Amino acid sequence: MGQCHQLYESPALGTLVRAGEDVFGVVSGITTTALDPSRRVIARGAEVETEAEIYAAHPQLEKLLRTDVKIAITGHREANGVVHQYLPSQPPRIHTFLYTCTPDEVRSFFGIGAVPRLDFLYLLAGFGGSGDDAMAAALRNASQAFNDPRAFLIAASRTVAMELSGDTARINAIVRRLPIGEGTI
Amino acid sequence: MSNAFEELGLAEPLPPKDEAVEIGIIVGGSLSQGLDVRLTGNGTVEDAKVGTFVTIQGTRHRYFGIITDLSLESADGRLSSNIANADAAMAEVLSGTGTFAQAQVTPMLMTGMGEEEPQPARSLPAHFAPVNRATNEDVQMIFGEEDKTHIYIGSPLDMEDTRVCLNLEELVKRSNGVFGKSGSGKSFLTRILLTAIAQRGLATHLIFDMHSEYGWQATSESGYAVKGLRQILQSGVSVFSLDLESARRRNLTPDYDVKIGLDEIEPEDIAILSSTLGISDAGVNACYTLYDRYGKRWIGEFLGMDASAMAGLASEGEHAGVLGALRRKLRDLDRIAFIQPEAPSGGGAVKQVLDHLASGKHVVMEFGRYGNDQMAYVLVANLITRRIHAEYRKRTEEALASDAKQPDPLVITIEEAHRFLSGGIASQTIFGTIAREMRKYHVTLLVVDQRPSGIDEEVLSQLGTRITCQLDNERDVDAVLKGAPGSRELKGVLSRLESQQQALLFGHALRMPVVVRTRDYQDFATEMSIPGYGRGPMGPGDKKDLFG
Repeated sequence: MGQCHQLYESPALGTLVRAGEDVFGVVSGITTTALDPSRRVIARGAEVETEAEIYAAHPQLEKLLRTDVKIAITGHREANGVVHQYLPSQPPRIHTFLYTCTPDEVRSFFGIGAVPRLDFLYLLAGFGGSGDDAMAAALRNASQAFNDPRAFLIAASRTVAMELSGDTARINAIVRRLPIGEGTI
Repeated sequence: MSNAFEELGLAEPLPPKDEAVEIGIIVGGSLSQGLDVRLTGNGTVEDAKVGTFVTIQGTRHRYFGIITDLSLESADGRLSSNIANADAAMAEVLSGTGTFAQAQVTPMLMTGMGEEEPQPARSLPAHFAPVNRATNEDVQMIFGEEDKTHIYIGSPLDMEDTRVCLNLEELVKRSNGVFGKSGSGKSFLTRILLTAIAQRGLATHLIFDMHSEYGWQATSESGYAVKGLRQILQSGVSVFSLDLESARRRNLTPDYDVKIGLDEIEPEDIAILSSTLGISDAGVNACYTLYDRYGKRWIGEFLGMDASAMAGLASEGEHAGVLGALRRKLRDLDRIAFIQPEAPSGGGAVKQVLDHLASGKHVVMEFGRYGNDQMAYVLVANLITRRIHAEYRKRTEEALASDAKQPDPLVITIEEAHRFLSGGIASQTIFGTIAREMRKYHVTLLVVDQRPSGIDEEVLSQLGTRITCQLDNERDVDAVLKGAPGSRELKGVLSRLESQQQALLFGHALRMPVVVRTRDYQDFATEMSIPGYGRGPMGPGDKKDLFG
């Protein structure tokens, strides 16, 4: 779980992020809640025209509300630079800074070879439901870092198909979320 | 002698061997049911064909097998209902992952690491063992190379450059069968076998050539002329004709004009014809009585009897009606042109055949217009074979007693074999006996037939090597495969043979069953006819050179 410095300034769903220097994760959920769990958020704005006016009229909201991102840990990097797509031995500490990965980091996380390394999908596949959306989003985002996004997505989808073998409906649901149909890329 | 072989075929460099192409991995199976091979890689589903020859690399053994079935599998039992809205992308994702193709491979042989000689497969490779399409080298290792005892018969499917060779030495040790529906290439295969055996001096032939197609040039179904044995082996082949007119019409001069004497026909010969001629069991019994009474000339005497003699015979216990019927039937025999009242002086056809065979010549017995006359064909084939078999038997026994040279092996080729070897009469005819006692007396059969289901099961099971072209009838397919190891799998292969030039070969002369595209007969005939190769059959002296 991470918290953004600014309200609503979270990285997009499925973004590959780095916690500190060596832990990788994928944004698998974004929630905005009141900072104080005992105080419920009140619906406002009955008397104004736009949403922006609400925030202008109540500048304290920026401080009372927080956007949190849920990050599924998908791998880590050893001191020698080798990336593993499985959980690190320790989780990141509280207050570890989160960074959005650069395209270079994305590529190094997925491996440089012809077939992307997608062992981490196993970690994501366990979530089910919105996890599948996060998985599809992660693949969509990551594909942009590669020269041939479609080839990446096909290879990734095949890994998903192996992982979820026997559940064609679910595979189909994930594949439909990916832009790999004819002419979409 | 060996130079002639080396100059040909063997010296000719084989094309470079293919790289082994992986087609899949082992994912399950059993020795009895065959191995399940998951096909990997793109496009292999359509490339893998039934009958394809594969090798499987285990950790300590290498296995050889053939693909006997193919199936499409999916990991999801509900795939067919879930896939309704799948598009091209989905198909690309699922193919090879959630859905895949499986091949059934029957393991046939195995070789241990560092061993040369393949053994029948008695163990299995482990899961994930890679399965490769066999290379030229693999096939060569199993089927040998063309040499003194091996003949190149065809190429495995999709391996046009690879040669499958039959071990002729093993072949002639037992009776064999060539099957296939009409027009499937039986006669071409038979010609290749006959020529190759003769060429290599492994046996002498006696061919009952029903349709006059083996001796001289014949015309193939596609219209071109096909060389006969006589043209390839020349004076090494003697052509006997039962129908001189037919031979003359074709501008040919047979070496011998066959005449059969009524006094050469014995009751046994009639017994075999009983169903063809419509003679009852009582009639057959009467034949034996007549033979006891009149000896060799029994038919002549019987046909020549007047009414009072007939009445006399009837009074001695034979039923008058039976005798009358028998007489009418025997008259049919008498009407056949090549049957004469008495055998020609000098021993007749049987002796001539034996003399020719003894001098190392191959004998082709042409039936001319009698080819379609079942009675004539069965009578002559049976009559001659019985006496020849008796003679070989005598010679073998004498040779055993005196430690002398055994007679040279004789291969008797019969067409439409079901007429001699059907369930009811196989036990009575000489052909049934020959098929059963194998090589004991140095006489074996080459059975050529289009209806193997008509042949006695016991005889079929004795056939050492079976060569089968396409068969349509389910019963025929079952009959041919009866008793063959892995017959269930082979059935799938056999029923998918193309209608021409493809044959399934299995049995003693091969290490494992194989489907081949048979070699072109014209090429074969040309090869056989070139100087040095076509110097006629080897005499006894040459055989000694070859086999010590």
